[in-house]
Formats: sequence, C-alpha cells, structure tokens
Amino acid sequence: MERSTIDVWVGIFVAIGFLALLALAMKVGNLTSSSIGDTYTVSAYFENVGGLKVRAPVKSAGVVVGRVNNISFDDDKKEALVTLNIDTRYHFDKETNASILTAGLLGEQYVGLDAGGDTAMLKNGDKIKMTQGAVVLEKLISQFLYNKASEGSDKTEKKAD
Amino acid sequence: MNPVTSTPVSDNIVEIDNLSFSYGNRLLHKGINMRFPRGKVVAIMGGSGSGKTTLLRLIGGQLKPSIGEVRVEGKVVHEQDDTALYLLRRKMGMLFQFGALFTDLSVFENVAFPMREHTDLPESIIRDLVLLKLNAVGLRGARDLMPSELSGGMSRRVALARAVALDPQIIMYDEPFAGLDPISLGVIVNLIRRLNDALGATSIVVTHDVHETFAFVDYVYFVSNGQVVAEGTPAELRESAMPFVHQFVHGEADGPVPFHYPAPDYQQDMLRGTST
Amino acid sequence: MAPVLKTLENIGHKVIDGILRLGYGARFFIYSLRVSGESLRRFPLVIREIYFTGVMSLIIILVSALFVGMVLGLQGYNTLQRYGSSEAVGVLVALALVRELGPVVTALLFAGRAGTAITAEIGLMKATEQLSAMEMMAINPIARVVAPRFWAGVISMPILAALFSLVGVFGGYLVAVQLIGVDSGAFWSQMQSNVDFRDDIVNGVIKSLVFGVACTSIALFEGYDAPPTAEGVSRATTRTVVNSSLTVLALDFMLTAFMLH
Repeated sequence: MERSTIDVWVGIFVAIGFLALLALAMKVGNLTSSSIGDTYTVSAYFENVGGLKVRAPVKSAGVVVGRVNNISFDDDKKEALVTLNIDTRYHFDKETNASILTAGLLGEQYVGLDAGGDTAMLKNGDKIKMTQGAVVLEKLISQFLYNKASEGSDKTEKKAD
Repeated sequence: MNPVTSTPVSDNIVEIDNLSFSYGNRLLHKGINMRFPRGKVVAIMGGSGSGKTTLLRLIGGQLKPSIGEVRVEGKVVHEQDDTALYLLRRKMGMLFQFGALFTDLSVFENVAFPMREHTDLPESIIRDLVLLKLNAVGLRGARDLMPSELSGGMSRRVALARAVALDPQIIMYDEPFAGLDPISLGVIVNLIRRLNDALGATSIVVTHDVHETFAFVDYVYFVSNGQVVAEGTPAELRESAMPFVHQFVHGEADGPVPFHYPAPDYQQDMLRGTST
Repeated sequence: MAPVLKTLENIGHKVIDGILRLGYGARFFIYSLRVSGESLRRFPLVIREIYFTGVMSLIIILVSALFVGMVLGLQGYNTLQRYGSSEAVGVLVALALVRELGPVVTALLFAGRAGTAITAEIGLMKATEQLSAMEMMAINPIARVVAPRFWAGVISMPILAALFSLVGVFGGYLVAVQLIGVDSGAFWSQMQSNVDFRDDIVNGVIKSLVFGVACTSIALFEGYDAPPTAEGVSRATTRTVVNSSLTVLALDFMLTAFMLH
C-alpha cells in the first residue's frame, strides 16, 4: 500500500473521529446550551428545594438564563441555601422572586425567576429575598383534603343557622 | 592494532573462553573454547539440538553466558552497556535460518532497512548501495517483490544481502543450507566464500551439512553434548579416527550418537504385551 | 484425597503463574512506554499502525453501531410507551450509548478484530525470528514494532467509540422517529437536555481511552510472549480476546462506579 494512501486514510479517520465527538457534543449533548459565557453568582434561601439538582436550569419567562451552582443546608436557619450562576447578559432587580417549579407535570425541577419592581439590580454575591419553595405533593394533598373538610363543615354550619 | 606494521594485535576477531551456558535447567554448553581468526570461514557443526545456534546468539549478545566469556574484538560482549553493544552489533551481520525477512517490506526495503536505521545517507546513495548488494547476490531484478513471493533460496539470498548491507566484519550464518535445492545450495556456498573474501570479513557458519561445508570452510569445530569434541581443517577431520567425528563425517546411522532413544530391553518390552 | 490435592496444586500453580505473567506484563508495558519516545519521533510508523488498527476496524464498528442503536430504539420504545414516555427514547438511546455501550462494545469489537491481528502479527514475527533479526541489527524491536502499535491503539479507540455512539444514536433515530413515528423534535430536544457533555460524553471518552490502553497492551504482550509455534500463536490470540474482554468489563465497572459517585 502506498505511503500516501495510508496517510490520507488515517487523516480522514482522525478527522471524522473529531467531528463525531463534536457532533455528539452539539447535537446529542447540551454543550451549546450550557453557559460558556461569564456568570455572576447570587444566592437564595428556600424552605424546601424538592427535587432540584445541581446544574438544573434557572429560567425566566421560560428561557434558560443560568444554572444552579450549589445546594446546601444552612444549619442556623434550617433552610436550604441555593447558589445560582446567572449569565452576565441578564440583569434582575433586588425584588426578584425565585421559585422552584416543575417542567411539565412530573418533569425535572428548575428555578424560575420573576422580575420585581426595584430599580437596584442584583450583583455578584447578593441574596434574593423573595423565594418560594418547591411544592411538595403530600402537603398539597393534605391541604386539599383539609380545604374539602372545612368546606363541608362551613356548609353544615350555614345549614344549622 | 599496531599502526607501523599494520598487523592486528590479536589474530582472532572472536574468542570464546571456557563458556558454559544453561537454558533454564538444561546445561547446553560446558567449558567451550573457540577461536575465530580474521578473514577465515569457520564452521560449527554438530547434531540437532546441540546448541549451535545458541552460540551465535551468545556471540551477538542476545544471551549471557553462565560461566566464561565471549570476546568480540577483545571486548567481553555481555559486559558491554547498551551503546557499546549497539556499536558491536553494527559490525556483525547475521543470516537467520529461513531468512527472517520482514514480511511487510519489499526486497529492496528489507535490504535498505539497516542502512536507513543506522546511517544518515541520502535516499539516492541508499538506492545505489541496495542495488549493489542485491546485484552481489544476483537478485537486483527482484527488488520490488515481497518476501511472500520469493522461493526459499531467493529469500535466503535477500537475507544475505541484508546481512552484509553495512559491510560487517563478522558474518554469522544459522543453518544457511537448510532445505535448499542443490543449485541454490551451490549459489549460497559460492556467495559465502566470495563475500567473505571480498569484505575481508570473518564468517561463522553453523550447519550440519558435511559435504558442502567441508568444500569451502577453513576450519571446523565439532560440538556434541555441550562440548567441543573435535576441531581442525576439513582435511584433518576427514582422516580423523575419533568415533563421533567418523560417524558424523561419514553419516553412519549408529555410533557414539546412538540410533535408539533410551528404552527398556527390547525382548522384555515385547513380551510384556498388554500388561504395560 | 489425592485428586483433590492435585487439583489444589494445579490451581495454586496457575495462580502463581498468573501473577508472574502479570508482573512480566507490567514490566513489558512500562518498558514500551519508556522507549516510546523514539517511535513517536518516527511518526509515520504510528500512522501506518493507526491505519491497520483503526481505519480497518471502521466497518465492523459502524455496522455494529447501527444495529445496536436500532435495537436500543426498538427495545427502548417498547418499554417506555407502556408508561407514556415514548418520547424519552432518544434520551435512553443516547445515554446508553455514550456512557456505556459506545466505549465497551467498541473495546470488545476492537479486541476481537484489531487485538487478535496485533497478537498474531507479533507472535508470527517472533516465530520467524524477525524480532531477533532486528535485535541483531542493533534495532530495539520493542521501540520499532511494539510501541507504535500501542500508540496507534490508544489513539484509535476513542475515535472508534465516538463514531460508535454517533452512528448508534442515528440508528436509534431511524427506528424511533422514521420507523415507529416518535416525534422528531421531542426525540432530539429531550436528548439534548438530558445528555450532559461533562458527565456523559467526556466520561465516555475517558473510558474509551482507558480501554484502548488495556486492550492494546494485552494484545501486544500476548503476541510478544507467545511461544514461537503455530499452536502457541493461536492460543495467544485466544488469550488476547478473553483477557481483553474481561479486563474491559471489570474496568468498566470500576470506572462507572467512580464516575457516578
């Protein structure tokens, strides 16, 4: 076999290997969507983080604006401390509300940001004050049952009047 | 080397002193002494499995002796470090049994291999040298063939061209006549003698072909049971009365090298019938 | 009693032999690395070996990948549609391939195709005294013959594994989207949001590199150590496949446990 033919084939081989890796990263993986740009970090306390995982998306108006950096337990406050990396392109004011939402009915959980009305913007290291924890299914059901029960007792009270 | 009279200090380019070598538990050589003078063709002969090929490997430094020394140009081979051994090996050329050509390279590239590896010569000069060597063995026209396309005799000749590619001073031949037809045999005999004389080299031929070898070598060592049992010029050995030499030279079926492999008494063995 | 003792003796013998071989193999491996400098400077040698181990393995890798991907698509859909999650079939196919099947199956196929070729070639070179001839010509046969093949294997394996994963995903796409009718958009978007570059793809590449080192080293060692007879070489090729496969599977478990930690 000619030396040059072998060289050509090996060159092609290495090239398509590289392209395959690139294709895998782009089309199959989430390389394009993961934040390659600069981010700033803010933190928030949550009553309950539910099923939120590190590197879960931070979305506002349905668009990914950042990633969850770290989830830890604050022993003093007995609440969850979540740090978020937000893309520097996006700015949120200090009265932004952060809540833990679920994508779809039983899908993955993410952090949703709702802008508030403050003129001052969140900077690196700031804390989001207004948070809403994840909805825990059991509490929802017990609340529903409680509501149903109190509704029923209201009706009997009215009848009794 | 004395520059005034230009006679070598030692006439022997290779010397083996009191060599003993064991392969695992088997003692192959016991107290072997051999001398190989410059410019001569010396044969090492003996029965199969007598360790003749191992002697070549000991000279080339592929194996280390258990006791004794092998000296090439006065230097003890197994004491050399890698660089010195490398330099020694560059002075040697070896023709392996059945050629040992590199099967993925063509004839030309096989002969060019040592030149490309050890010299910085430009391709044009290498080409000329390779063709020179191939011409010496009569295979210049076969330069583009692959080893799988060569006959036994031809591949042996190409291997010979490769062995002398760098004009070595010691050329070793491991059973060069094995399995060759009479014509190829004659060609190889011719080449060994001519190359040796043309290069002023020393040739060591390991073989058990008495008839062909006696016709062209200068000296013969007979090895049996790990020892040198006889040595001399071919003429001397033909006259020898020693039983082993006599059996070997005349090709007798039985003698010091027995015909029968050790076995119990023949009559007893046959009479025992099915009980064994 | 005596047969039991004999069996124990045999087992003990084999274990000691195995350990001796392991030690010899490890020394061989480290020595090959040490003399690699020379063979990397003569890069055309490595390129030639990449052709024979990598390029020539392409067909079996790509065809197998297609079939594996298609089967994953079928089986995945079959199970997922029972829970109404048939659109997750893309995630299943991609993760199974990128994390596990890509590196592992590629390594097993590589051991069978390229590994046995390497073992047979080196075993034969040893049997026909080509390696001895090189030594007598003052050329280090390990630097000239063994090291280039080692680097070729290490370079080829991740490339083959990446191609396997890619073609496998395509195979899954063919079956799930084109054949069965899963929504193409859902297929790809679910996949993209659930396959992480660092956790899954990079880990897969690391695995294939480790497997490349393992398979190639085993193939080279078995060839170099093979007895110079026909039977010896044939047994060595068998040992290459068996040892490579077991080593790859064991390493896979260890790497996976470490990575999922």
